[in-house]
Amino acid sequence: MSQAATTTVAREDLFGLAAEFKDTPSIYHAAEKTHQAGFKWFDCHVPFPVHGLDRVMGVKMTILPIFVFFGGLTGLIAACILQVFTNSLEIDLWAIVPVVGYQFQVSGKPLLGPAAFVPVAFEMTVLFSALTAVFGTLFLNKLPMFYHPVLKHPALSRATDDRFYLVIEAKDPKFHRDEVEAFLQAFEPESVIALEK
Amino acid sequence: MTTLPINSSDNTGEDPRQRPQLVLNHRSFGSVTDDILKGNESSKAPKSWYFALAISFTMMSILGVMIGYLIFTGVGVWGNNNPVAWGYPIVNFVFWVGIGHAGTLISAILFLFRQKWRTAINRFAEAMTIFAVICAGTFPGIHIGRVWLAYWLFPIPNQMDMWPQFRSPLLWDVFAVGTYFTVSLLFWYLGMVPDLATMRDRSTTKIKSIAYGIFSLGWRGSMRHWHRYERAYLLLAALATPLVLSVHSVVSFDFAVSQLPGWHTTIFPPYFVAGAIFSGFAMVMTLAIPARELWGLKNFITMRHLENMCKVVLLTGSMVGYAYSMEFFIAWYSGEIYESFTFINRAFGPYGWAYWIMVSCNVITPQIFWFKKARQNIAIIFTASLLVNVGMWFERFVIVVTSLANDFLPSSWGIYEPTWVDVVTFLGSFGLFMTFFLLFIRFGPVLAIAEIKAVMPEADPHGHGHSYSEMEGETAASAKEMEGGE
Repeated sequence: MSQAATTTVAREDLFGLAAEFKDTPSIYHAAEKTHQAGFKWFDCHVPFPVHGLDRVMGVKMTILPIFVFFGGLTGLIAACILQVFTNSLEIDLWAIVPVVGYQFQVSGKPLLGPAAFVPVAFEMTVLFSALTAVFGTLFLNKLPMFYHPVLKHPALSRATDDRFYLVIEAKDPKFHRDEVEAFLQAFEPESVIALEK
Repeated sequence: MTTLPINSSDNTGEDPRQRPQLVLNHRSFGSVTDDILKGNESSKAPKSWYFALAISFTMMSILGVMIGYLIFTGVGVWGNNNPVAWGYPIVNFVFWVGIGHAGTLISAILFLFRQKWRTAINRFAEAMTIFAVICAGTFPGIHIGRVWLAYWLFPIPNQMDMWPQFRSPLLWDVFAVGTYFTVSLLFWYLGMVPDLATMRDRSTTKIKSIAYGIFSLGWRGSMRHWHRYERAYLLLAALATPLVLSVHSVVSFDFAVSQLPGWHTTIFPPYFVAGAIFSGFAMVMTLAIPARELWGLKNFITMRHLENMCKVVLLTGSMVGYAYSMEFFIAWYSGEIYESFTFINRAFGPYGWAYWIMVSCNVITPQIFWFKKARQNIAIIFTASLLVNVGMWFERFVIVVTSLANDFLPSSWGIYEPTWVDVVTFLGSFGLFMTFFLLFIRFGPVLAIAEIKAVMPEADPHGHGHSYSEMEGETAASAKEMEGGE
């Protein structure tokens, strides 16, 4: 059945070929073999993170934790500057309006008392780290992206439900349509689907 | 390792050789999706849902009216008076923030401890957190007297050369609760993105398709995306773990940093955190029990999940009980007359009734969960969880009111009595909470669908364990009843 389905997409419109699998061991082995065969532009579309699949696909460890570290550091420094400036110093600054710190003594606490500044510094560190983690992921994943060939094909909507898809993209230097199709068929998928750009 | 038969609806066995199933009566991923989204995808919600929503919405509207009345009339409509300036609003604030703790505890701490059973309850516990923190935030907001100046809480550059006082725990609270709300919201939303994509792909109407399409951000289940997503989720869990412990610690600083007898104690941060987790889990059970009946989620929120939550309630309830007795002991052991008086006054003074409600609900009630029979009886669990909620509200009432009403000088003592506005406003906050919650279970993914699939034995890609050779017919992995180890 898949032979007929894949030929309906013209060569220049072809985004790639997708093989559909019913269970996790099949996609795991297919992805492993695809990586070993030297394909670079391929992906798996799965309803949940299959344990170890990223490793056999050859996905490199993301740099997200480094982003998050610097995000947290920014929060920490910002919190320290904010508290020291507003409560401990009297320097003129411009921030929308001219602003000046406000020194006032409360309960005999020192003007520059680091202990009192710890909770806010901690909270701001966590806040900035968390914002970086979430927006960093979206940025690295290039989301939101509301148009994508994988989203376009109706069959692949099951990638968020109960099917597992291995997609080899046409822009891969090793991509030759017939060879890739035969390569995918060898994994005995449920079907092989041609994806339109 | 063998597992119980997959169709068994009893997964509460304690035999360590049998790994209990977390998902019952399901052996395919598709049926899990169908079953979880049944409540969302049916064209009409159950009648009881409309009924509950009508009541909640009415209560929420009354809350709005009460807040309007307060703003137009002034804080005098409340019972707050001179020694007891903190009355109901702060009691309610601490109560709601406490409830909000279970969500992030389940999603962050249990995640780091690899407690896989969390997947069935984390989503709506997180939702509960968000809505509880919204309720919590309302109270200090309207308690400040001049509501239109609430933005003074934030360090906004202004022409008056005024800044918030960063040495005050009340300002720490603004940052702690604000951060907690934001991080919980991000955690909740990030976790929902793949499930919103599932709902998008299954939507039958144009409106749903567009709405879920926008909120799911074009998620397409790419494993390269999952890789970063999982890393982000782990980082968020690691960040939220100290955060969840810090928030109620900071709330307790509001009390502990003052010099009032009964407040000025070092036990407050851990005691408040334990109490918060205690009340939060009780609220999760209060919501989970009707939700699993109404939405047909018994195969996911199983008896074992409820039993585990009962055990957490037992543990944290006992910790709270220990804190109560330790407060008493230290009050006596310190030899401080004001401290000693405060505690005797709490138990036997004008608010003694509230103290004993607190002790019986928080310390005595959870002890029933030592018995397995009680942990498996829905009626007992539900009743106990309600009592714990009542008890935890009274705990905050006892702490806030007794210490303020009778402090150092008898000449400045007073008695606090809430007005009808106080009571109705508090009840109204439940309307706000329940309205959001009911809308969420109807229109959002009520369980973490992707995560639940990932803890099923079928999700293991190394399906070539010893059980393989015994399989015939269907693909071995999808039919696999045995959970193969790594």
